[in-house]
Amino acid sequence: MTMLNKLKTLLFAGIALLSMAAHAQLAIEITGAGASRFPVAIPIFENEGALPRAVTDVVRADLERSGLFNLVDLGLVALPESVLPDLANIRSRGADAVLTGSVVAQSDGRFDVRFRLFDTQRQTELGALAIRMAPAQYRNTGHRIADFVYEKLTGQAGYFSTRIAYVVKSGGRYELQVADADGMNPQTALVSREPIISPSWAPDGQRLAYVSFEAKKPVVYVHNLPTGQRNVLANFRGSNSAPTWSPDGQRLAVVLTKDGNSQLYVLNSDGSGARRVTSSAGIDTEPFWSPDGEWIYFSSDRSGGAQIYRVSVNGGTAQRVTFQGNYNVSPRLSSDGKSMAYITRNEGRFQVAIMDLATRQTTVLTNSNRDESPSFAPSGRMILYATESGGRGVLSAVSSDGRIKQKLSIQASDVREPAWGPQPRF
Amino acid sequence: MKKYLLPALLSAMLVACGSTGTSTDSAAGVSDAGVGVATVTAPGMSGSGIAALTDPNNILSRRSVYFDFDSFTVRSEFTSLVDAHARFLAQNPDMRMLIQGNTDERGSREYNLALGQKRAEAVKQALLLLGASESQIESVSLGEEKPRCEEATETCFAENRRADMLYSGEF
Repeated sequence: MTMLNKLKTLLFAGIALLSMAAHAQLAIEITGAGASRFPVAIPIFENEGALPRAVTDVVRADLERSGLFNLVDLGLVALPESVLPDLANIRSRGADAVLTGSVVAQSDGRFDVRFRLFDTQRQTELGALAIRMAPAQYRNTGHRIADFVYEKLTGQAGYFSTRIAYVVKSGGRYELQVADADGMNPQTALVSREPIISPSWAPDGQRLAYVSFEAKKPVVYVHNLPTGQRNVLANFRGSNSAPTWSPDGQRLAVVLTKDGNSQLYVLNSDGSGARRVTSSAGIDTEPFWSPDGEWIYFSSDRSGGAQIYRVSVNGGTAQRVTFQGNYNVSPRLSSDGKSMAYITRNEGRFQVAIMDLATRQTTVLTNSNRDESPSFAPSGRMILYATESGGRGVLSAVSSDGRIKQKLSIQASDVREPAWGPQPRF
Repeated sequence: MKKYLLPALLSAMLVACGSTGTSTDSAAGVSDAGVGVATVTAPGMSGSGIAALTDPNNILSRRSVYFDFDSFTVRSEFTSLVDAHARFLAQNPDMRMLIQGNTDERGSREYNLALGQKRAEAVKQALLLLGASESQIESVSLGEEKPRCEEATETCFAENRRADMLYSGEF
């Protein structure tokens, strides 16, 4: 049995155990992988046994799950960062990079985790870092180390330290939950007997805006996750829905029907100062703020079928963005503003598509039937979305080139309305 | 044919609501003698108190207007129903109505919420034309979130493409 297979077995056994312990755990299954995986060795860190769980297990699981790396087994030997490893030997065993490290106990009960990454081909160091942590923070630390390795080796920011929000429906019970990007550590922010939809992360990663039907109609709330305090953002006559934050977190765009059909409005994050942005005779909905703060992308039936448009935050004439097909909805931009993920209907099938906003070239990324609610990871490589599998809602992620696919599911529950949170600030 | 089932469906729903509320409250009532338990009634349990609105023989007990796929037009077969409710509202100016628009489950949730709003708004505009007043009616949408029928069949989709009229005390 290779180390990789051992890791896989351990990984899945671990997930199965955790699923039994906490049935709401999201289980992640990799359903597609990159064509060429980068071979990397992550041996155990020196003195890692002093922690509640091995921090390198978290690093390996993150890198494995990304679909971009092939983990090379060097045996159960700790390579501390203080010693220059035999890079030629490690290269001969198939690893193009190796991470070395150690865990050092501090007098206050915390630990320093020190690590160093090497390129075995060029025989150079790629970087080093030390993280001070409480013992219980081993998972967060592992995610940060995986982010470090991912960024050094791919040139893109990692997404393992981010969080996701989603809604679980179980019988007549709806739960708005927040979990780590690997599906671990799920926490419930809101429980309701009425539907919850459209969670949207504030840029600070501390607040969620969403639509709740607890008042027998859609009302938009802003919910502070650490304190649990929630405020009504928009409860005007008619329906209130589709909140999305401005990049600076000061304002939100929402959809209101107080003046007739669904139209876009911008208001302050305390709910004051509502200002109408669009004036069409039909539907304007699903606003999404461009990262530069200048534009609001949205879906509209102003030309007949549903298409995606954009309008200046200050109002004015809307510009049409999608032209292929007769149902294009749910626009979401990548954090660099270059790509737009959206849902397109092809012969009755709803699928995730991506558009290069400079060239207007579009690519359909999935082959499923019922995709909804795409959202980019902060680094822009992965797109999280809701779909259906075996008659119930599951979350999936697909890379923006369509090559890597992951499925996240909870046994016996319907999971929907995912939203990928912002990059945390340390 | 569908419309003849509605009064039965509606009364079945009301009975179901009533029994749920009672069982929950009595479960909470197991306590020491002398300790009072105040029953709190959530909105929507009291009903309008007007018999005509729930009498299966009265047209006013019918509350649903159905729509064609991707359509927001009130079909002519619902004219007499909408007319009866408009006259009732005009004769009872203190009565309030909430219209909830619904859609089938296909497509984006937020886009469907906007489609359901269009349906609720279409019924509201018809009621206004026939004599109800603007201040009496609020039109809202539940989109695809509260399906009456949960199977992925055309019959179910048609059942869910609907706007429901609720009176004061029912929401």
